[in-house]
Amino acid sequence: MVRLLYTLPDETMLNIEDLHVKIGDREVLHDVNLQIREGETHVLMGPNGSGKSTLLMTIMGFANYTVTNGKISFNDRDITHLPIHERAKLGMGMMFQRPPTISGLKLGKLLVATSGNNTEEVAEYAKNMHMDRFLERDINKGFSGGEIKRSEVLQLMVQKPDFVMLDEPESGVDLENISLIGAAIGNLLEKGSHLMKRKKSGLVITHTGYILDYLDADKGHVMCDGEIRCHGNPREILKDIKARGYKECLECRQN
Amino acid sequence: MPAELSKDLGLSAEDQERLAQSGIDLTMGNRCGSYIQVNQDIVQESCQEEGIEVLSIANALKKYDWMKDYMWNLVTKDKDEYTRYVADAAEPKGYVIIARKGSSNILPVQACLYLGREKIQHVHNIIIAEEGAELHIISGCTSGQHVGKGGAHYGISEFYVGKNAKISFTMIHTWGEDIEVYPRSAAKVEENGVFLSNYVCMKPVHKVQMYPTAHLVGENSVARFSSVVIATPGSLLDLGSRAILGAKGASAELVTRAITKGGTIISRGHILGKTEGTRGHLECKGLILKDGTIYAIPEIEGNVVGTELSHEAAVGKIARDEIEYLMARGLDEESATATIIRGFLDVKIAGLPDALQKQIDAAIDVAEKAGF
Ligand SMILES: Nc1ncnc2c1ncn2[C@@H]1O[C@H](COP(=O)(O)OP(=O)(O)O)[C@@H](O)[C@H]1O
Ligand SMILES: [Mg+2]
Repeated sequence: MVRLLYTLPDETMLNIEDLHVKIGDREVLHDVNLQIREGETHVLMGPNGSGKSTLLMTIMGFANYTVTNGKISFNDRDITHLPIHERAKLGMGMMFQRPPTISGLKLGKLLVATSGNNTEEVAEYAKNMHMDRFLERDINKGFSGGEIKRSEVLQLMVQKPDFVMLDEPESGVDLENISLIGAAIGNLLEKGSHLMKRKKSGLVITHTGYILDYLDADKGHVMCDGEIRCHGNPREILKDIKARGYKECLECRQN
Repeated sequence: MPAELSKDLGLSAEDQERLAQSGIDLTMGNRCGSYIQVNQDIVQESCQEEGIEVLSIANALKKYDWMKDYMWNLVTKDKDEYTRYVADAAEPKGYVIIARKGSSNILPVQACLYLGREKIQHVHNIIIAEEGAELHIISGCTSGQHVGKGGAHYGISEFYVGKNAKISFTMIHTWGEDIEVYPRSAAKVEENGVFLSNYVCMKPVHKVQMYPTAHLVGENSVARFSSVVIATPGSLLDLGSRAILGAKGASAELVTRAITKGGTIISRGHILGKTEGTRGHLECKGLILKDGTIYAIPEIEGNVVGTELSHEAAVGKIARDEIEYLMARGLDEESATATIIRGFLDVKIAGLPDALQKQIDAAIDVAEKAGF
């Protein structure tokens, strides 16, 4: 169990302490601790069903995910029980793995609303993401895997969150799209700016690690059975998992 | 309607606004013709578009011998007490619109039926699009804000869509909560003809009861009925539409979006496939926002090999994951909900001119701004 015992420096953006989360009657996350500092991108890995998506959904504040114990702070503010939209207003954003379809709601209309009626910016970003033809389509209706991801990234570009959560951004995306999406995510996280000036932070769930080519993640974590069991260099963790699988991970094997 | 006309009618600013929300353009800027009836008085009958004639039914009967053949032809006099009431009226009221062969209007003709202080307003309308003509009509029906209890509107409409012709009829209701409305309409559609009937009701009304029928008698004729309605507490919307597929290649589509906030909506529909090579689809989606009733009764009836009919009906609530998705983009719960409802009500009608689609959208937007 890794736990930070010293006082955290000021620039901690996200601080999760002793987090326990239930879905329905079942505790899915047990005692999760995680700190992400300003400008840092962390990667979250772990076997299917280990609770990675649950952690992201809980950080964003979705109703199905009940925090039974622990605390989530964002920029030193306790947000554990804040409604979703207030978290978004504070600068949190997420890319959904399987976003719902909303009949009749045009992607363009939502983007214009979230951008504060900045139609020019919406048009420009949509073009960058090759989504200009989708602005008049019902959001997510009949979108392919890659189109959903492009739409999600586009929505985040317009939203401009300081803290970006991405749930398997590369899944279901072909090679051509992955460079487009990867580069756009890199921009969202200010990977082009110098380390010292970088203000945006991220938490990225990945299985393949392909997205690491665009992100230069700072830290990696492995989640097993609803707990974060190991921390380390993301590339090394990935190499290990690729070579030996999660079963070989000592920490993961403990149950 | 020129400004002095609205003054003559003694319309308050509120009532003028209600007219505008019903799609009646007081300035006539975006209309090519106009028929205005207040209670039983005809205030305006005119049209600037070449080949399109707008006149009162009394004048039409005087002017054209053959007009009587078009009356009570698709709707029968003794159908019910409302048709009998209209048939027994001393003097016929209502309008006749004739689009001559090959004519077309981009700007719609508006028909305004305004119920002021009188108890019952009755009309009998005949709408004819001759061969190849294209006729678009917006019918705004409204009542003054301060009408006393028990006002009623009985309206007979008979539509004749000729060969290769098209009629779109968009009706936006802005009645008062104590008004009862009994439209009785039917259409006959010839070869390659298209009949579009659109109904929007976002405002309280005591009762609306109608079941228009489209008789598709010509090959490849098309009927599309679209209804977008909200029922508030105390409103009973008993709405149906029927298409009779009577010729090869005929097709019909009946689409309803219904929301109850405590009122009752009965959404009926009937497609009858009588001939081979016909297609029909019926779709009713309902949202219950507050306890009320949405009763969908879709009927499809096929008599022959080679007719293809289908229906889908769903009644439910707004999905939580959709609300939360929008909240994650920064919308508060209330605006997320309104955004989803607006999307739910968004019905794009194929073949409808932009100006009319915008009018429908605008009527729904007004309801959205008022928080549904
Ligand atoms: N809506 C839900 N209802 C019930 N159980 C759920 C729900 N969502 C996730 N779970 C369960 O929680 C556990 C963690 O799931 P998830 O967070 O999606 O894992 P991961 O993203 O790591 O694959 C799994 O056992 C999963 O079945
Ligand atoms: Mg997952």
